[in-house]
Amino acid sequence: MGKIWLIIKREYLTRVRNKTFILSTILLPLFFIGFIAASTYFSMKSQDKQTIAVNDANGIFKNNLRSDDIIRYEYTSDVNMENFKLKGYTAFLNIPKNFDSRNDSISLVSDKNIGFVAEDKIKDQINSALRNKAFLEKNINKKVLDSINDLDVEKMYNFRPVIRKGNRNEQSNSGLAYGIGFGSGILIYITLFIYGAAVMRGVMEEKMNRIAEVIISSVRPFQLMLGKIIGIAAVGITQLLIWIVLIIGLSSLASVFVTHDAIQQAQNINNTMNAAGNESMALNILNAKSTFVQANWALIIPCFLFYFIGGYLFYASLFAAVGSVVNEDPQEAQSLMLPITMPIVLSFIIMTAAAAKPDTPIAIWASIIPFSSSIVMMARIPSGGVPLWQLALSMVSLVAGFILTTMLAAKIYRTGILLYGKKVTFREMSKWLFRKS
Amino acid sequence: MKILELHHLKKYYSTQKAVDDISFSIEQGSVFGLLGPNGAGKTTLLRMITGIFYPDSGEIIFEGKKFDVTKDIFRIGYMPEERGLYKKMKIGEQALYLARLKGLSRSEAISKIKEWFIKFEMQSWWNKKVEDLSKGMSQKLQFVTTVLHQPKLLILDEPFSGLDPVNSNLIKEEIFKMSKSGTTVIFSTHRMEQVEEICDHIVLMNKGKKILDGSVKQIKQDCKENHFRIGFHELPADVTSNAFELVGRQENDLIVKINDGFTPSSVLENFLKQKASIISFNEILPTLNEIFIKKVEDTAISRQFQEVT
Repeated sequence: MGKIWLIIKREYLTRVRNKTFILSTILLPLFFIGFIAASTYFSMKSQDKQTIAVNDANGIFKNNLRSDDIIRYEYTSDVNMENFKLKGYTAFLNIPKNFDSRNDSISLVSDKNIGFVAEDKIKDQINSALRNKAFLEKNINKKVLDSINDLDVEKMYNFRPVIRKGNRNEQSNSGLAYGIGFGSGILIYITLFIYGAAVMRGVMEEKMNRIAEVIISSVRPFQLMLGKIIGIAAVGITQLLIWIVLIIGLSSLASVFVTHDAIQQAQNINNTMNAAGNESMALNILNAKSTFVQANWALIIPCFLFYFIGGYLFYASLFAAVGSVVNEDPQEAQSLMLPITMPIVLSFIIMTAAAAKPDTPIAIWASIIPFSSSIVMMARIPSGGVPLWQLALSMVSLVAGFILTTMLAAKIYRTGILLYGKKVTFREMSKWLFRKS
Repeated sequence: MKILELHHLKKYYSTQKAVDDISFSIEQGSVFGLLGPNGAGKTTLLRMITGIFYPDSGEIIFEGKKFDVTKDIFRIGYMPEERGLYKKMKIGEQALYLARLKGLSRSEAISKIKEWFIKFEMQSWWNKKVEDLSKGMSQKLQFVTTVLHQPKLLILDEPFSGLDPVNSNLIKEEIFKMSKSGTTVIFSTHRMEQVEEICDHIVLMNKGKKILDGSVKQIKQDCKENHFRIGFHELPADVTSNAFELVGRQENDLIVKINDGFTPSSVLENFLKQKASIISFNEILPTLNEIFIKKVEDTAISRQFQEVT
C-alpha cells in the first residue's frame, strides 16, 4: 500500500505542477464563461437599425407593418431592387401589384443576409397585417380588433407544471432538468476522454522511456497501473473542484452585471416590441436563476461525483491496457482504442436522447449497463423520475464493472508493458486474459 | 554460502521455450557472468530472478529460503537492458522516488543519494531534468539509482553499453568495491573481454538451455585444445613430428597442437634433438570469446521458432 501511495503522489504532483495543467484549469472556465458572455452580448447588441423600403402599390399593408426601434418600414414607390442600396435602405420588400396570395409571392431583396431574427419579424408583421385585413373584411370593428391585439396573453395566467410524487407535489422544470442532465452527461463524456487518454499516454510514456521494467522490479505491475489511475483521478477531481469554484465565483461576479444590465435591457425590449427572438435569452437567464435553486442538488451533486469517478475508473484501466500494448506507432493506439471509444461515443448519443426523454426503455437500460451508465444516468437523474431500484442497480453494476475491467486490464497490462517491438493483436490479448498467474 | 539457487527453472512462451530447465547456483560475494547470444533467454531468466515473471515450473532459492517477491525485492537491485528514466522529472526527485520504491525512508534515501552524487561528481545535477543529460550521464544516474538501497544481489544487464572508458572504469571500480563488501553481482553481457576481467564464475546459455557452467579458469582449461606457441631464434629445418601437428607459423614462432599420448616435454625433446634454439614456450588457452563463438556456432545463429508441447 505504501508503494501505491508513492506512485499516486508522483503521478499527482508531476501533473499538477505541469504548466499545461495550470493553464488548462484556469483558461477553460474563462473560455467557457467568455463564450457565454460574448454570445449573450452579441445577441443583444448585434441588431443594427434596419430600414426597409416597401413597395406596396395597392396599399394592402399601408400602416399595418409596424416599425419598431430595430426595423423601420418606409412606403415608397420610387425604389426598386436595383437602387434600394443607393437610397440607403437595407432591404427592399416588394408586394406585387394586385397581390393574389395564391399566385404571387412577396419578395424581400437585400445584398446580404439580414439575419433570421429580422426575417422572422418581418414575416410576423406580414402575418398579422394579413390577419387584420381578413378580420376587417369580415366586418369586425377596428377598435375591438386593436384592443384584442394589445392584450398581453402571457401575463393573464400562471403556468405551473407539477410532478406528483407520493402525496406531495414538486415543481417541475423540464428545461432546467434537461439542461443539467445534458450538461452533466457531456461533462462526464469529455472528462472520460481527457483523463482516459491521459492514462493511456502515461502508460505509453513509461513503456517507451523504458522505465517500466525498472519500476516493475520494485513494485508489482498492478500497483503501478493502479497508482497511475488513482493519481490521474486525483488530478481530475482537483481540476473539477477548481472549475466549480471558478465558475461559481465568476458567475456570481457576472450576475452582478447581468442582473443590472439584463433586467433593464430585457424590460426595455419588452416594452418596445413584441416578444420574439433575442430578448428571450436574457429572460431565460433570469428565469433560470430563480428556478436554479429548485433543482434537487442534494441528489444531483453526489450522483455526479459518483458517476464521474465510477465512469473514469471503469474506462481508465482499459485505456491503460491499450497504452501498454502500443509500440512506437501512434496509429496503432488509434486502432486499438476503437473498442473503447465506440461504447463511449454510443453512450453519448443515447445520452442526448435520454436527457430529453428520460424514460424510454433504451435510456433506462443504458443507464444501468456499466458501459454507458456513467454518461446516460446523469442525463436522467435531474428529471427526478429515476426509481431507486434503477439507481441502486446502476451504481452496483458500475462498481462491479470497474473492478472487473481493472482485473482484466491488469492481465493485459502486465504482459504488454514489457513487450517491445511486436504488434499485438486482439487475439493475443484475449489469450493473455485467460492465462493464469 | 549460496545466495541464489535455481532449480529446474522453466518458462515457455507460446512460440518458444525461453528458459528450458536451467539450474545453477551463485556464491555469496562472487561476480557471476551470465552469457549467451541474443535471444538465448537471459532476460527472461533475469526477470524471473527479479520477480517480474513467475516461472512455469522450478524453484528459486534466495538466501536459503524460497524466493518471496514482496520481501526479497528490496534486497535486489536490477538494471535491465531496456532501461530508462522519466525524462521530464528532476534528477534528484527521480532518484528519491526510485529509492523510496525500494523501501528506503525519505531521509535515508536523501543521504544515500547525496553520498553517491558526490562520489560520481553529480552534485550539480539535482535540479536538472533527465532530458538535459547525455546518454552516458543518464547511464551513470541509472547505475546510482540501482544501487542506492545497497542490494545484497545486484543484477546488471549490459551495464557498460553507452559508457566511455573513463566512466566504464568508474562503475567497474564501484562494482568491485561492492563485491568486496559482500554484494553478489550478476552480470549479463556479450562483451567477453569484460567478463574475463570481472567475473569469477560464468554460465553460458543458448536456446534456453545451459551449455557451460564453471569458473573462468576451469572453463578455459576444459575447453583448451592443447595448443602451444614455441618461439625460436631461427626456425628449425624439420618441423614435422608424430608428437604434434603444426597449426600455424608466425615469423619465428610455431603454433602446434600436441597429439594424444604426448606431452609438452616430448615436443621440446624433439626440437632440442635438432639443436634448435628455443626462446619461449607457452600454452595457448582459448579466450572466452573463442569459447563463446565455438559453443554457440554449433547451433543455428538466430533462434528458430519452435513447437512447444
